[in-house]
Amino acid sequence: MTMWLSADESRALQLSLTVALRSVLFSLPPALLVAWVLTRRRFPGRTLLDAFVHLPLVLPPVMVGYLLLLLLGNRGPIGGWLQREFGIALVFTRNGAAVATAVMSFPLMVRAMRLSLETVERGLEEAACTLGAGAIDRLATITLPLMMPGLLAGAVTAFSAALGEFGAVITFVSNIPGETRTLPLALYTALQTPDGEAAAARLAIISFTLGLSGLLLSEWFARRVRVLLGR
Amino acid sequence: MFEVAVSKRRGTFHLDARFESPTPGVVALFGRSGSGKSTLVHIVAGLLDADAGRILIDGRCLLDTEKGVKVPPQRRRIGVVFQDSRLFPHLDVSGNLNYGRKRAKAPFFVTLDEVVDLLGLTSLMERRTHQLSGGEAKRVAIGRALLSQPSLLLLDEPLSGLDASRRGELLPYLERLRDELAVPMAYVSHDFDEVLRLATHLVLLDRGRTVAQGDLTTMSLNPDLRAIIGADAVGAIVDGVVLGTDAQSGLTRVAVGRNHLELESPGAVAGSTLRVQLLARDLIVATSAPRDMSVRNVLEGTVRDVAADSGGSDLITIDIGGTLIIARITHAATRELQLAPGRGAWVLVKAVSLRGYATPKTV
Repeated sequence: MTMWLSADESRALQLSLTVALRSVLFSLPPALLVAWVLTRRRFPGRTLLDAFVHLPLVLPPVMVGYLLLLLLGNRGPIGGWLQREFGIALVFTRNGAAVATAVMSFPLMVRAMRLSLETVERGLEEAACTLGAGAIDRLATITLPLMMPGLLAGAVTAFSAALGEFGAVITFVSNIPGETRTLPLALYTALQTPDGEAAAARLAIISFTLGLSGLLLSEWFARRVRVLLGR
Repeated sequence: MFEVAVSKRRGTFHLDARFESPTPGVVALFGRSGSGKSTLVHIVAGLLDADAGRILIDGRCLLDTEKGVKVPPQRRRIGVVFQDSRLFPHLDVSGNLNYGRKRAKAPFFVTLDEVVDLLGLTSLMERRTHQLSGGEAKRVAIGRALLSQPSLLLLDEPLSGLDASRRGELLPYLERLRDELAVPMAYVSHDFDEVLRLATHLVLLDRGRTVAQGDLTTMSLNPDLRAIIGADAVGAIVDGVVLGTDAQSGLTRVAVGRNHLELESPGAVAGSTLRVQLLARDLIVATSAPRDMSVRNVLEGTVRDVAADSGGSDLITIDIGGTLIIARITHAATRELQLAPGRGAWVLVKAVSLRGYATPKTV
C-alpha cells in the first residue's frame, strides 16, 4: 500500500487505525455498562439517559467537538483536572482524537450491545445462579459469551465509524499532520490543496475499502458466532 | 426434613404454602396449572422473594424473614431442573455438566462418572446443546443440577413438553436417581401418573394453598386429591410385599393387608415392596364370596364408609385388613347390596387392571 501512498498519506492511514482502535477500547466498557443499565434496570430518568446516549447521532459533530473542547480543553473542568493530576493532555493529541471518535460512535456501540443483551435469556443467568455462580461469575461465563455476536458486531461497526469521524475530531484536536490528521482530515486537506486530487482519490478509495470491510467483517462475526451457538 | 412455610402476594394471586416432608425422599408438589407450583419453585430456589416465611432443609435455614435470613440462590445448594431445561447454548454437554460441578460448595456425594453413567450421557458428552432431543436435554439438565452437589434437587415439571414415549424413557432415570442417590427431591407436577411412580410424600396445592399433605397411601384416599385428579383417576395406592412370581402364569403375588393380589409386574423381586394402584372405577363389590370367575383377585374385607360421589355413584371405603381401598359403584348397587359401614364385602379386581411400581427404598 505504501508503494503508491505518499509518506503523509500512509501516516494518516496508520493514525486512523490507531485512533479508531483506542476509541473502541475507550468506549467499550462504558458502553457495556450503559447498555446493561438501560436493558436490565428500571429507574426514573431512564428515558432521559437513553436520549442522552443517542445525542451524538443527531447533534452536529462540530458542536460535539466544541463541547469536548469546553469540557476537556486545558482550561475545561475535566481537561484541566486531567492535566494537573495526571499530566494528560487531550487537545491536539491522538488520544483526544480517540476520545472524540469514541463519543461520536458511542450510540452505535450501545445500540448493538443492547440488542444482543436483550437476546440473552434471563433464565440462563438464573440457571447459572442456582448452580452456584455469583454475579461477576455469571457475567463472565454466561452473559458476556452469549452477547459476543453483538459485542463484536458493535465493536467493528464503531471501529469503522471511528475511522470516518471528521467534524468532532477537527474541532476538538485540530488537523495536525502525524498527530491528529486522520484519513478524513487528510482527505479534506488534499481537496483544499492545488493538485491534490490524485491524493484525495487514493484516500477516498482507502476509506471506502476500510468501511466496507468493517461492515462485512462485523456481519461475518455475528453469523459465525450464531452458528456456533446453534441459532 | 424439608420444611417450607412461605407466603407471597402477586397481583390478585396469593400463595400460602406450608408443608414438611421427610428427607431423603421425593416430595411431590402436585396441583393443577395455576395452583402456584412454579411460584413456589422460584421462592424455594431463591429466584423470587417471599413476602414472609421460612425454608429449612435438614435443619439448614435458607430463608427466615423474621430473623432476616435470606441465603442468595447461588449459596442455597438447590439443584433446579427447569421446565425448559435452560442448558447453556455456548457450552457443549460436558461444559454444561461441569458448570455446576466446578462451583460445588459441598463435599461431593456424586461424581461426574457416576452421573454420566446413571443418566446414560456417555455418547452425548461432545454434543452441542442444540443437537439434543428434548429428553436428552432434560437428562443433561438433571445431571448438571446433580453435579452441583445440591442438598435438594428441585424438579419443575421435568416431563412437561415431552411426548408420551419420551416421558416413558425418562421416568426410569428419575426412579434410579431416587433409589440410588440419597439426595432429597422435590418434584413438581400436574400429572398424577408421575407422582404415583416417583413420590414418597405428596403435597396438594390448590389456588395457591397447600390443602393436604401426607404419605402417598394415605393421600390416595383424600377427597381433595379426588377433586384435582378427577373421578376416573381416583383409587387407593397400597404398598405390598412381593411373595413371588408364578412361573406358569407369569403373575406376581403381592401381600396386601390380610389378602393378596395377583398382577403382572415383570422383574419384581420376592421380598421387595411393590406399590399398586387400585382404581376405584375398576373395582367390583360383592356381598357374598364369589366363585367360578375369570377375575384373579378377590379381597375380603369390611365396609368402613359409604360416601356419595358425583354423577349418581358412591365411593365405598373398604378395610381389607389394615389397608383401606375405595371402590366406585352406582347408588342403585349400593342400595341393592345394602352396603353400610360394618358390612362384610368382597372386592374383585382383574389382574390386568392393576399396575405395580417398584417402591422407593426409603418408604
